[in-house]
Amino acid sequence: MDTARQPRRLFRARDHRVVAGVASGLARHLRVSPLAVRAAFVILLGFNGLGLMLYAGFWAVLPYERVTGEPRRRDVAQLVPFIAIGAGLILLQVLVLGQNASVTSTAGWLVAIVAVGAGIIWHESTPERRRQWTEALPRFPWLGTFLEESDRRLFLFRFIGGGLLVAVGVIGMVAVYVPAENSEAVVNGMLFAGLGLAGVAVVAAPVLWRTMSQLRAEREGRIRETERAELAAMVHDQVLHTLALIQRNADDVKAVQRLARGQERSLRNWLYKPTASPTERFAAALEEAAAEVEDTYAIAVEVVVVGDRDTDERVAALVMAAREALVNAARHAGVATVSLYAEVEPDQLSVFVRDRGEGFDMESVEENRHGVRGSILGRMGRHGGRAEIRSEVGDGTEVRLFLPMERDAVTAGRER
Amino acid sequence: MSLRVFLVDDHAMFRAGVRAELGAHVEVVGEASTVAEAVGRIAATTPDVVLLDVHMPDGGGRAVLEAMRKSHPQVRFLALSVSDAAEDVIGLIRAGARGYVTKTISPDELAAAIRRVAEGDAVFSPRLAGFVLDAFAARPDAPVADPELDQLTNREREVLRLLARGYAYKEIAKELFISIKTVETHVSNVLRKLQMSNRYELSRWAADRRLV
Repeated sequence: MDTARQPRRLFRARDHRVVAGVASGLARHLRVSPLAVRAAFVILLGFNGLGLMLYAGFWAVLPYERVTGEPRRRDVAQLVPFIAIGAGLILLQVLVLGQNASVTSTAGWLVAIVAVGAGIIWHESTPERRRQWTEALPRFPWLGTFLEESDRRLFLFRFIGGGLLVAVGVIGMVAVYVPAENSEAVVNGMLFAGLGLAGVAVVAAPVLWRTMSQLRAEREGRIRETERAELAAMVHDQVLHTLALIQRNADDVKAVQRLARGQERSLRNWLYKPTASPTERFAAALEEAAAEVEDTYAIAVEVVVVGDRDTDERVAALVMAAREALVNAARHAGVATVSLYAEVEPDQLSVFVRDRGEGFDMESVEENRHGVRGSILGRMGRHGGRAEIRSEVGDGTEVRLFLPMERDAVTAGRER
Repeated sequence: MSLRVFLVDDHAMFRAGVRAELGAHVEVVGEASTVAEAVGRIAATTPDVVLLDVHMPDGGGRAVLEAMRKSHPQVRFLALSVSDAAEDVIGLIRAGARGYVTKTISPDELAAAIRRVAEGDAVFSPRLAGFVLDAFAARPDAPVADPELDQLTNREREVLRLLARGYAYKEIAKELFISIKTVETHVSNVLRKLQMSNRYELSRWAADRRLV
C-alpha cells in the first residue's frame, strides 16, 4: 500500500550495511556515494556529537528495506538507537552544561528515561509488531490474542503512559531546579522538558499516522469484502439456482417464464428497493400479493403504486380484495399481463386491477360463486368501501376498489 | 419512408436481438456500445430516433443525451433500459428523453413506441406515469416557483392515472370522450413539465424516497 503511493521511500539498506544501514540507505535514496554520506556523518560528529544524534535518529525512525516475500521479523535491534539517543542527550548536556554537573545530570537522566521510554512505546505499538507477538509466543496464544484484540485500548494505554512519563519528567525537572533558585537552571530545565516533549511528538506522529492509515485501510477492505461476499451469496443462492432450474425445465415455457419472472423481481428488489415490511406498509403489501399471484399463476403483474401509508385492518382487507381480483384475472382472463394500479389520496385509497382478457358478463355469474361476490364486493362493503366491476366480453375487465380514509391517518403514514 | 433508428447499448447480444426484432418495422442505421462512440456516430448518421440504454460503463444514456441535445435537437431519444428504478427513469426524462420503456417490452409495442416518439409524442409506460404522479403529488407545504409550469392540470392527471392503470391511448380517449390526438397532447405537455419543472420539488421527491 505504501509502496504504491510513495514509489521512492526512504529505507535502511539491508545489504551493504556497516552498523544499521542508515548511511547506505540514505545514499541510495539521494543517489550519492555511501562513502560521502558516511564521511558527512563523521564530520558532523565534531559538532557536539551531531553526527551520532542524526545517525541514531534515522536509525530509530526508518524501517528496514522490505524484501518482498520474506516474512516480517521482530527487530529487537531497533531498540538500540533509542538507548543511543538517551546516551547522546546525556553526553550533550555534560558537554554544554558541564559546570553545573550535579543538577544537570539528574535532569539528563530524566530526559534520557523519557526518550528511551518513548522509544519503547513507539517500537512496540506498530501493528505489525503486535501481530508478531502472536507468532513469537506460540505457547501463549491468549497473550497474543489479548495484545491484538484490544489493540485500540492498549494503544491508548501506551499513550497515556507515555504522557505520564513526560509529565513526570517535567515535574521532576521543575522540582530539581526550583529550590536552586537559579534562573538559568530553570530555563535549562524548561529547555530539556521541551526537548523531551518534542522527542515524544516526533516519536508519536509517525505511529499515529501509521496506525490511523492502517486502521482505515483495514476497515475499507473489510467493508468491500463484506459487500462482495453478500453479493456473491445472493447471486449463488438465487440467480445460479434459478439458472440451473431454467436449464432443467428448458422445454416447459411456462415454468421458464415463471422462474425468470420471480428471479427478475427479487433481483430488482435487491438492487433498487429499500426494504419495507409488507405487514406495515400498503405498497409493500400490494407488491407482495402481486408477487404471490405471479408465482402461483405464471402471469406478469405490472404494479404501480402512487403514495404509501401504514396498514390497518381495513387497508389489509383492501389488499386482500385486490389479491382476489388479481387471482380472478390470472385464472379466467387468459392473458399474460395484468395491471395493478393503486393510489393513496388524502381522503381515499383506490386500487385498479385491469386485464385485457376475455371479459365476462356479471349477470351470468352464478349465485353460488363466491369469488367476486364474497371476496371482492362483500369484503369491500363490510369495511366501508365499495367495488365496481366493469367488464365487457372481448374487451377485458377492470376491478375498481375504493376505500375512504380519514385525512390525518394518511398524513401520518406519509411522513413516516 | 421507414424510420431511421440508432441503437446505443453496451451489450452486443441485446443490440443484435433488437436489430433482428425491429428489422421489419424500421431501418437500423447504426449501433454504438460506448458514450463516446454514440456521440460521434449519432452526429454522423442523424437518425430519427435513438434507442438509449441507461446504464453503461462510462456515464450511461444521460451523458449521451447531454452531449447531443443542444447540437442535434431534431434527434429524438427513447430510453430502453432493464432498470425501472425511479431515479433512472425520471433522470433520463429530465435530461430530455421523449419516453422510457423497459427491455421486457414486446417488439410490436417497441416499434409502436418508436413511431410515436418519431412523430413528436411522448411514450409513457404505466410505471413512468406512476412516478410522475408521485413526483407531482400535491404537497401543501412545498413552495411552487412557477405555478403555471409546475402543476399538472386535472385533465393531465386523469390521463396519467388511466395510463398508470394500463389503458392504451385509444382507450383513454374513449374513456374521457376526447380524441387520441388530445391524449397525445396532454402526455406531451406532462413530459415538457417534467423536463422543465422546478428543481426543488423533484429533488425533494427524490430525497423523500432516499434516492439521492
